[in-house]
Amino acid sequence: MLYIAKYLTDMIKRENVSSPSITALHEKADDNLRYIRNSMESATSFTGVSGMGYIITGVSALFAAWLAAQQPSQVLWLVVWMVELLIATAFMLFMTVQKAKRQGESLWSTNGKKLMFAFFPAMTVGGVLTLSFFLQGNISLLPGIWLSLYGAAVMTAGAYSVAIIPVMGVLLLLLGSTVLLTSLSSDLALGLGLGGLHIVFGYFVWRDYGG
Amino acid sequence: MAASKNSKKVNSKAEKAPLYSINSYSGKGSDFDRLIHERTRLAIVSALAANKKLIFSDLKSVLQISDGNLSSHARKLEDAGYISCKKEFDGRVPRTQYALTATGRKALKGYISHMESLIKAMEKV
Repeated sequence: MLYIAKYLTDMIKRENVSSPSITALHEKADDNLRYIRNSMESATSFTGVSGMGYIITGVSALFAAWLAAQQPSQVLWLVVWMVELLIATAFMLFMTVQKAKRQGESLWSTNGKKLMFAFFPAMTVGGVLTLSFFLQGNISLLPGIWLSLYGAAVMTAGAYSVAIIPVMGVLLLLLGSTVLLTSLSSDLALGLGLGGLHIVFGYFVWRDYGG
Repeated sequence: MAASKNSKKVNSKAEKAPLYSINSYSGKGSDFDRLIHERTRLAIVSALAANKKLIFSDLKSVLQISDGNLSSHARKLEDAGYISCKKEFDGRVPRTQYALTATGRKALKGYISHMESLIKAMEKV
């Protein structure tokens, strides 16, 4: 239906009418169709994120937390989490695209773009800091930084998603701050944050927002 | 039909349509749905067409309108059978959940078709 509205909106733009009255009528019809489309797009942001994707990436993060804790060196520990990051990102992206397709939407819709642009700045900083700390040979602060910055990214991007997503961001940010300021175990915190919170909030999204 | 009755009731105070307004257009005219022609109700129906269901607070957030305004318009749509309203409890917190009915989906499709026929008619002018 969204596509019908979009098609009609475009069709109107191609029109070449001369009478002011008819032009006004066209504009009104065009306006109505654009309004329908915008309303649908605005509402779609509520269901754009895949709850099932969160649940499965949460389970994979729990496994990664266990696996990372077994590693004898910091480099191998980091490798485990980087592989987990790649797998989780690719899987989450795939699940989100699938869900968007099911709903006749696109990840490149206005809200999809807003969400991604809001998500990437904090994540980019996290990537740069990870590289910097790795090059300096000190990665002990990374778990707290990852959780805090990922929490910040989820909070800002969550503004374009379902209402409970920013809450997950706040909890991730608090957890990250706790790791940075206390002696809470890094692997436990990563398991709780990237595993537990993803599973719990993924379940809510899955239950209430269509998958 | 309940929908058409309510449709007439809701728009009984509709202002006189100016010449060449969409309201006055009567291309396939008779099926023009004034109930969802109203902006807020059109947005509610459109938002629900894009989602299986939406809870009150999320719908309010999408439309950026007051509680009272949303309740009032949602009730009119509910009375017409365009949307369904389900009240439930999330723990102790009451939650109102809205979904588009088959009648409502048909009405929105009809409205879009109406716009389409309007545009096609203008093409011939």
